[in-house]
Amino acid sequence: MSLKAFHLVFITASSALAFGCGVWGLKNYWSANGTSLDVLFGLGSLLAGAGLILYERYFLKKLKNVSYL
Amino acid sequence: MDIPYTVEARPDTGLYNAKVGIWLFLASEVMLFGALFSTYILLRVGAPEGFWPHGWLNIPVGTVNTLVLITSSITTVMAWASLKMNQFGRFKFFHACTLCLALTFVGIKSYEYHDKFMHYEITLKDGRIADGHLVKRTADQVVISGHYVEDRKELFDLRAGGPPHEHTEITIPQAQIKKMENYGPWHTTYLAIYFTLTGLHALHVIGGAIVIGFLWGPGSKLWKTDPDRFTNRIEISGLFWHFVDLVWIFLFPVLYLL
Repeated sequence: MSLKAFHLVFITASSALAFGCGVWGLKNYWSANGTSLDVLFGLGSLLAGAGLILYERYFLKKLKNVSYL
Repeated sequence: MDIPYTVEARPDTGLYNAKVGIWLFLASEVMLFGALFSTYILLRVGAPEGFWPHGWLNIPVGTVNTLVLITSSITTVMAWASLKMNQFGRFKFFHACTLCLALTFVGIKSYEYHDKFMHYEITLKDGRIADGHLVKRTADQVVISGHYVEDRKELFDLRAGGPPHEHTEITIPQAQIKKMENYGPWHTTYLAIYFTLTGLHALHVIGGAIVIGFLWGPGSKLWKTDPDRFTNRIEISGLFWHFVDLVWIFLFPVLYLL
């Protein structure tokens, strides 16, 4: 597996983490002890997750000639 | 003497030798971290109810460190891609960024460790417990910025409901102290596994930063004589760096959020 393939795996894992953090933050916000920091963390994480997916698409385009092996 | 398969692929593996080597090494690393993650899970499920800490770590600080490592992975891969496109100047820039980000991560982690080592739980002879950060310590007294609790269990779940504890400066005469212990690895099982996991991870970050620093500095001379081999070296260091970052992607939610 080349660095290109491993990078794609890593960015996928990172965006999954970001979406997970987003859900975690929003869930905390809607719980009894929710604070504005929770909603900020949740929305920021969801945005970061979306940003990482966009970056992944850019990266795939930029390195389309490099092997996955 | 020529070392074979540093650039061209070996016919039987289809890869150059260093790539096979790094993946074998990373497989052993998976086993190392996998064993420690399993340890964490077993300790956590085996902990008495109410005695597994929640909210002991600073989530914003951990989030910043996560962003730092994700960005460093991007700069690492950009450095490698720059070499693939014969842009050595861009490689130098991106690799310098990776190095700075690695040092930032270690700096932030040191701050977190320092915070834990300055945090004390003090059991008094009258049964009360004072918890907070050390302000001053003399032969006669200890001053902390914190609060008193009646039951030690109150210290474990900081995310639980109820009004937050107000932190004030508390002066405790040494004669009243029964036990005083900071939040080091010896304090609780949670902190023991926290320091083991994050300490081992930080050592990997430091090791990776040393290699990246070498390849950015003196090691980059190879570009002039054997650019393909140098590009492969950057790929290998990048694979290791990505593994270290991927470990953090698992560590962050497990230790900070759950």
